[in-house]
Amino acid sequence: MSNKEKEPMFSAKNLKLLTSPFNQDNPVVVQMLGICSALAVTAKLKPAFVMALSVIVVTAFANLLMSMLRNTIPSRIRIIVQLVVIAALVILVDQVLKAYVYDVSKQLSVFVGLIITNCIIMGRVEAFALANKPWPSFIDGIGNGIGYGLILVVIAFFRELLGAGTLWGYQVIPQALYDLGYANNGLMLLPPMALVIIGVIIWVQRSFNKNLIEK
Amino acid sequence: MDNILSIFIRSIFIDNMVFAFFFGMCSYIAVSKSVKTAMGLGIAVIFVLTVTVPLNYLLNEYMLTKGALSWLGEDFAKIDLSYLSFIVFIAVIASFVQLVEMVVEKFSPSLYNQLGIFLPLIAVNCAIMGGSLFMQEAQYANIGEATAFGFGSGIGWWLAIVMMAAIREKISYSNVPAPLRGVGITFIITGLMGIAFMTFLGIQL
Repeated sequence: MSNKEKEPMFSAKNLKLLTSPFNQDNPVVVQMLGICSALAVTAKLKPAFVMALSVIVVTAFANLLMSMLRNTIPSRIRIIVQLVVIAALVILVDQVLKAYVYDVSKQLSVFVGLIITNCIIMGRVEAFALANKPWPSFIDGIGNGIGYGLILVVIAFFRELLGAGTLWGYQVIPQALYDLGYANNGLMLLPPMALVIIGVIIWVQRSFNKNLIEK
Repeated sequence: MDNILSIFIRSIFIDNMVFAFFFGMCSYIAVSKSVKTAMGLGIAVIFVLTVTVPLNYLLNEYMLTKGALSWLGEDFAKIDLSYLSFIVFIAVIASFVQLVEMVVEKFSPSLYNQLGIFLPLIAVNCAIMGGSLFMQEAQYANIGEATAFGFGSGIGWWLAIVMMAAIREKISYSNVPAPLRGVGITFIITGLMGIAFMTFLGIQL
């Protein structure tokens, strides 16, 4: 890696790669990538968190590997090579999850496999890793993975809190409130509400970042 | 036969790919701006799902599950290749999508240009991979049921994207709050449509 000598590991440029996906370049609510598979896992905080971690790992390493391979792959067959690399990484993640957090892995069911087709990973490999050196690509992967994870965790937070009154499986809304007539909003646990929450997140975010508003 | 019909109806309305599982959201959001393009992509998805789900069913049945290789002989009966299923499924899907892409380019260049990047991206459309993975999880009894599931899921996705495109064509005349314009309102409408589709939930087939 020749860029290491030229610039420090965490130069301003690399830091920007890491942090810009958190907000103004967020993969989910701005780039519209990776909404696909993961919303169904946001009914509870714990699976959402595990899913976010898995995606961070896969994006980072897929970006790193593809960036290292980028000069040796003919562009015509690159899609299939990317898919094979990503699928191999996802199989690794899947086996690790099965070995260490079996109950969460059961809850995530097919959605671990669907990380392969998560557009974030393909999108970042296509848009960034194929044109950049390994280290920046790795950072970009981590940044986008975290940006995605943030959204996932925020959605899961609201859905679990309002839908079940718990966080991470622990009761947080006190019993006294239920005695006063408070009731859990079961609608929040249903899949469509995840979409509505994303819509609201987009709304809030765009009212602060005016330049993202569509014409 | 009853079973096949019920799987078919279930996969269109009750387990709708978009409204129940959010599969294929990326292209769903991006391509649903006009009904015509949405129609083209929807039909391509139906086609790809109808072919890849049964194909993957056969592969799963005769190659991947535990004991599936027993037709090769006694020695192979114990092999369990199910951890390879992701890679096998995605390889089948990717190569098939490549084929569809070539066919569309040859016979309908205008549709090819309209769909642009989203045609190759069908390969990573979660609806397609999701179809195969759900098929594997549901353990259908025969290939007829698997095909019905694939076809039904495709129709469900097509239905969702065409409906959305029609609504978005109308909504472009409305006065939506500026930060919600575009994708924001699309998400919320999809959520509302999802709630509407949940009324199918109680139906017994």
